Amino acid sequence: MNEKRILQLHVNGDLYEVLCAPNTTLLEALREKALLTGTKRGCDLGACGACTVLMDGQAVLSCLTLAVDAVGRKIRTIEGIAENGELSLLQKSFVDHGALQCGFCSPGFIMSATELLAENPKPTRKEIQRKLAGNLCRCTGYIKIVEAVEIAAAKIAGGAS
Amino acid sequence: MKVLNTVGQRVPMHDAATKVTGQAQFTDDLALPGMLYGKLVRSTIPHGRIVSIDVSRAKALPGVKGVITGKDIPDRVYGIVPKAKDEHALARDKVHYIGDAVAAVVAVDKEIAEEAARLVHVEYEPIPAVFDPLDAIKEGAPLIHDNLKTNISASIHKEFGDVEKGFAASDYVFEDTFFSQAVNHAPIEPHAALAAYDLQNGDLTIWSCTQIPYFLKRNLATTLLVPENKIRVIKPKVGGGFGQKIDMYAKDFCACWFAKELGRPVKFLYEREEVFQSTRQRHPMYLTVKTGVNKAGKILAQKITAYADGGAYNSTAPLMITLSCFFIMIPYRIENLIYEGYHVYTNKPVGGAMRGHGIPQARFAIERQIDLIAKRIGVDAAEMRVINAIRAGMPHPAGFIINTCGFADSVTEAAKAIGWKEKRGKLPFGRGVGLAGASFPSGVANMAHLASGAVVQLSREGRVSILSGAADIGQGAETVICQIVAEQIGVPMEDVHITAADTGTCPLDAGTFGSGVTVRAGNAALLAANDVRDQLFSFVADRLKCKPDDLMTANRRIWVKGNPDAGMSLSDALFEYQYSNRPLPIVGRGGWIPPAEQPTSLLTKNGNFSPNYSFMTQAAEVEVDLELGKVKVVKMVTVHDCGQPINPMLVEGQLEGSIMGGMGQALYEDSTCIEGQQYNPSFLDYGFPTVMEMPEMGALHIDTDDPVGPFGAKEAGEGTQLAPAPAIVNAIADAIGVEFNRLPVTPQVVLEALKKNADKS
Ligand code: FES
Ligand code: FES
Repeated sequence: MNEKRILQLHVNGDLYEVLCAPNTTLLEALREKALLTGTKRGCDLGACGACTVLMDGQAVLSCLTLAVDAVGRKIRTIEGIAENGELSLLQKSFVDHGALQCGFCSPGFIMSATELLAENPKPTRKEIQRKLAGNLCRCTGYIKIVEAVEIAAAKIAGGAS
Repeated sequence: MKVLNTVGQRVPMHDAATKVTGQAQFTDDLALPGMLYGKLVRSTIPHGRIVSIDVSRAKALPGVKGVITGKDIPDRVYGIVPKAKDEHALARDKVHYIGDAVAAVVAVDKEIAEEAARLVHVEYEPIPAVFDPLDAIKEGAPLIHDNLKTNISASIHKEFGDVEKGFAASDYVFEDTFFSQAVNHAPIEPHAALAAYDLQNGDLTIWSCTQIPYFLKRNLATTLLVPENKIRVIKPKVGGGFGQKIDMYAKDFCACWFAKELGRPVKFLYEREEVFQSTRQRHPMYLTVKTGVNKAGKILAQKITAYADGGAYNSTAPLMITLSCFFIMIPYRIENLIYEGYHVYTNKPVGGAMRGHGIPQARFAIERQIDLIAKRIGVDAAEMRVINAIRAGMPHPAGFIINTCGFADSVTEAAKAIGWKEKRGKLPFGRGVGLAGASFPSGVANMAHLASGAVVQLSREGRVSILSGAADIGQGAETVICQIVAEQIGVPMEDVHITAADTGTCPLDAGTFGSGVTVRAGNAALLAANDVRDQLFSFVADRLKCKPDDLMTANRRIWVKGNPDAGMSLSDALFEYQYSNRPLPIVGRGGWIPPAEQPTSLLTKNGNFSPNYSFMTQAAEVEVDLELGKVKVVKMVTVHDCGQPINPMLVEGQLEGSIMGGMGQALYEDSTCIEGQQYNPSFLDYGFPTVMEMPEMGALHIDTDDPVGPFGAKEAGEGTQLAPAPAIVNAIADAIGVEFNRLPVTPQVVLEALKKNADKS
């Protein structure tokens, strides 16, 4: 039952071979085995969103996902959002518009918002709020986070890349 | 507002990119080769004697490297206030609350450590427990700490002016009682510590998510019995603190203890439940306020009796009760005041500093009562606040020095911005507006060790490196310090780098609490930068044949005031500096301690508590769902005197975040504890506001230019969390005519009140 197995995980386009028990979560596999510590653990109980990653493009809570269930899926973490040495428009917007303070929640928010903008490039304010309702932030009061997503969406719509 | 080259600008945080890419390293992101994992065993009963602890099964588990109990460590107590230390890293003879640490284990991996912790068997002899401060002060209540004859661990009795005379002169006297509940800071980063030991020279290094590295170092030294100079505390990125990361915890002590005993790195990480249960929370507090006013609403005397539920240990007890007292007399001019305050032990989670620290509870009581009184005597509640407003230069009964004060204007402006005239008492049933005022210190002046230092180096290539002891816990302290230095040396932000909060490398700093960082550490950095600039300017002035005072600097260029062509680039200046055989880098030092006489404590002596004071009024508009009892904050306006903001974007962030905290306190959050057992120690059950609850916000600035703060700055981190809760509850009263004097105002209490009113009519 407790037997550990080597799992192959595809994360940010790379292949990781990690030794996991059947009950190892994707969050543990990423943070402790693959040493991708950008994904954060805030509660380990599915309530804060700090551990959000994309699995085949869908935002999932990695603390509620078993590592074995991620085998064969394409995982994207916060480390895979900036491309070619450049921040994504969304990341840049978070930086420029003060959408973070301590930054502990930021990876989770950026993953959720990245999924949102991929599916719905012109979200309304309500749609942004609804999408981010599962991500907790104790520092910012959320106002600047929503604004940063709006500004990024407008930039993307305006054709900036 | 002062807008200079970098000061006064909306500069992004200097480390923001690391935070949005996952590169920023928080304590639990660090790992060292050979690292062991620790776990604490915690008390399952609220009060009892430890009869025995059987660690044999835990020790026998393969992979376990060590198990300790309170008997294995020095009998030394710690605490954040030197005179109020009362906590052992691991309980020795008694446990004082559910969650008290009694033993610690370390093992080669997390799972084994957890298993070993489960195998530690503790036998207790239960003692009757007490859970409410009003019960704990009664004759015959179980005594929580054996060395005291009472459960009152700190108290304050102060009289200012002539209260009897004030009441005698009053047209009306009212007495009301208020209660603020326990809320948790709930930083998203759970507490963690990682320690390593150097077997050659006996150096201990600890990476800890602390707000106060230098105090942690001291508390570790005195409990581990290791000289202070053998301990280095490094603060990695901290994922929010709000006061909860001020105290030392068992994880800090145990990580160091095992690292030293075993010669291997050791990490402890708290689970979310431990954060709720075994760290700190805002003190639940009862305040009875008796106020005498004249017909116009001028406050002539106040008498306040306060009981704070301290939980099982002191933490900041004497300080919190003192703050609660002295800040009654600001932002209103209260000339005659009696304050009797008690910090009382109970067998519950421990109270500690939390954003506002003893003042929010008092503000809730005072601001609610002002609205009650205004209604009773028929004056306008906003008007009554203006009538009583303290103003710059006015004497404060305890000796605070108010150099600048935008409070009265903030009330008027906030009323205007929320539409007070058109809306107060005039909106349809279920909708209302309310406001409340507040003031907060920019750090603490007249207590010991509250100095900050800074070292600034300017290298041959024009790179500016700052060493500062200031602890950035997400509020942006490092960015603000970089802005100040960049401004003075005349370079862009990207040339400035900072190393901070590493006690082995950086100069002394008091840490992040009491909203003192910008003024204290900012002034130290300003002085250090000026030192560098002076050295550079005296050299350049020689070359340009002018006086150093005539020089200006910006954008990596130095020139003569009024004559931009007479100048040279910073890079040329540094080149010539080097070849004139002067030593590089240019090093500047600065140290700043708030102007104060002998270190003292307000408990024993009055005086100017802080270098300066912020002021604010916050106004809320709410909508009450009459079916469901839910209160929606529709709009929140802040009018703020924080002096000159160094970074308006970061100030807004502080303000927006503290409104969220204030809303949580007013409407949602309640760390429920029944018979010592917490019932909602998870984010799911606790429920602080999400993005869905946030109102429309507006912020206005009252311009003042403080003579003490760097560039005229005052605090902006905590003051804005004081008024939102009473403003919201005042607005609820306007909306549905129900006066709530207990927090939080949940849908359940709203519905009960509405029903009661309906039954009456
Ligand atoms: S850590 Fe996964 S939701 Fe909080
Ligand atoms: S920025 Fe600190 S929790 Fe969101």
